[in-house]
Amino acid sequence: MPSAISERFDVLVIGGGPAGIAAAVRAAESGVGVGIVDDNPAFGGQIWRGKSEDEQPREAARWMRRLSESRITKLTGLRVFHQPETGVLLAEKNENLCELRYRSLVIATGARERFLPFSGWTLPNVMGAGGLQAMVKGGLPIRGKRVVVAGTGPLLLAVAAYLRKHGAVIPAICEQASWGSLAKFAGALWRHPAKVARGFRLKGELGTVPFAASSWPFAAEGKEKLESVTISRNGKTEKIQCDYLACGFHLVPNVELALLLGCGVENGCVKVNEWQRTTVENIYCAGEPTGIGGVELALTEGQIAGLVAAERVKEAREFFRERKKGRHFADLLDQTFRLRRDLAELPTPETLVCRCEDVTYSRLKACSSWREAKLHTRCGMGPCQGRVCGPAVEFLFQWTPESVRPPIFPARVENLAAVRATAPQNRSL
Amino acid sequence: MPDGITITINGAPVRVPAGATVAVAMAMAGQACRVSVKGESRGPLCGMGICFECRVTINGVSHCRSCQIVCEPAMDVRTDA
Repeated sequence: MPSAISERFDVLVIGGGPAGIAAAVRAAESGVGVGIVDDNPAFGGQIWRGKSEDEQPREAARWMRRLSESRITKLTGLRVFHQPETGVLLAEKNENLCELRYRSLVIATGARERFLPFSGWTLPNVMGAGGLQAMVKGGLPIRGKRVVVAGTGPLLLAVAAYLRKHGAVIPAICEQASWGSLAKFAGALWRHPAKVARGFRLKGELGTVPFAASSWPFAAEGKEKLESVTISRNGKTEKIQCDYLACGFHLVPNVELALLLGCGVENGCVKVNEWQRTTVENIYCAGEPTGIGGVELALTEGQIAGLVAAERVKEAREFFRERKKGRHFADLLDQTFRLRRDLAELPTPETLVCRCEDVTYSRLKACSSWREAKLHTRCGMGPCQGRVCGPAVEFLFQWTPESVRPPIFPARVENLAAVRATAPQNRSL
Repeated sequence: MPDGITITINGAPVRVPAGATVAVAMAMAGQACRVSVKGESRGPLCGMGICFECRVTINGVSHCRSCQIVCEPAMDVRTDA
């Protein structure tokens, strides 16, 4: 079989963002064999990637240095798609098959943006807020471009500040949460001085950029690509000319790998005990998959998971207090940026909900469950496997996705065939 | 672009800064990435390899997520458009 890599680790970490880096670094300190895998070309996750060292917060630079100076096996561009047997994961790097064996596993797969459908949202240059930021980090020239930033969550401000710093003009930031809930959020932040400091810094960076609460994108317009956005603000609509719409509705945990491995998931989050252990004995989970809590909580959970996976339970306990604080912040995020039901009224009958299979809102409305929608419309059955439309459908119709099936990412036929060749007892593909 | 590199998109040369992703090269060339089932032009949405909207053919390999691949000299990128 065409295997590029076949490796065995005491501790294997899937995901190279803050949680994964912290877990790997902590586990490696005790001398066990550690590997860390990410599907992107570089480590750092969405939050730390693509920034030069002087652009990065000190904490990020410190962790990145600890990772690069460690003896951890670092694998980028690898996408895990299957578990042929317990303790073995299969991944693809380019077209090649990689086999990863582990004693303990740390799942640190992060989160993705939640997208909600509205008229015109499939036009080129309508992107996620984090999506556009990732493109700019990847080299997209943004100087002088007009970018409307919309949706919900603290990411909007961070992205707007980042884009502005790189020369973009931000005609509006539209936050669907009300001033009331934002004020409550701000009022509860006294327990998190680091977040307050970051908030003030962002406020300074954003200067006079217009910010509206209770505001959201109503429609995106353009012929071949985006030309303008109509936003809803205080019950009125307003059209804004722009080059890009950076639009995301907070984040959803990436739990597909955890589900594949049989870990318990509740309310969209991976269930963990006080040791960050999932419901599967030797599998741990840290960071956003356990609930959206931001970078500090991810680092804390990652350190606990890494220490426990390397059997340094006593040291792990020292982080419990910090984690409690982080989870308090996660609860605040959850309450503040909950989606208002008005957003469920945005799609028109013709609006596409599933972008892979071009399934319209009206076709889904005629169905009564995810299963029926899949059978009749192919919604959620394209290459993204429901990663984009799943959270939208859950919000619009309250259908929750059923279990995942391997491969959890599309893989080459020859690599899927190799799965059968290596694991003839496996009949799940 | 002193440290830029040149790739081709649908046969036409495009010069991009070193380290740019293929998705960025597509945007700089004013190109959509793919055509949807019903014929709409699509470009990147998530920027992190989740949505599959940015997929293109690179050096003959189809369905590559252009947002996760860094440009290399003489890379041949094709869209299904």
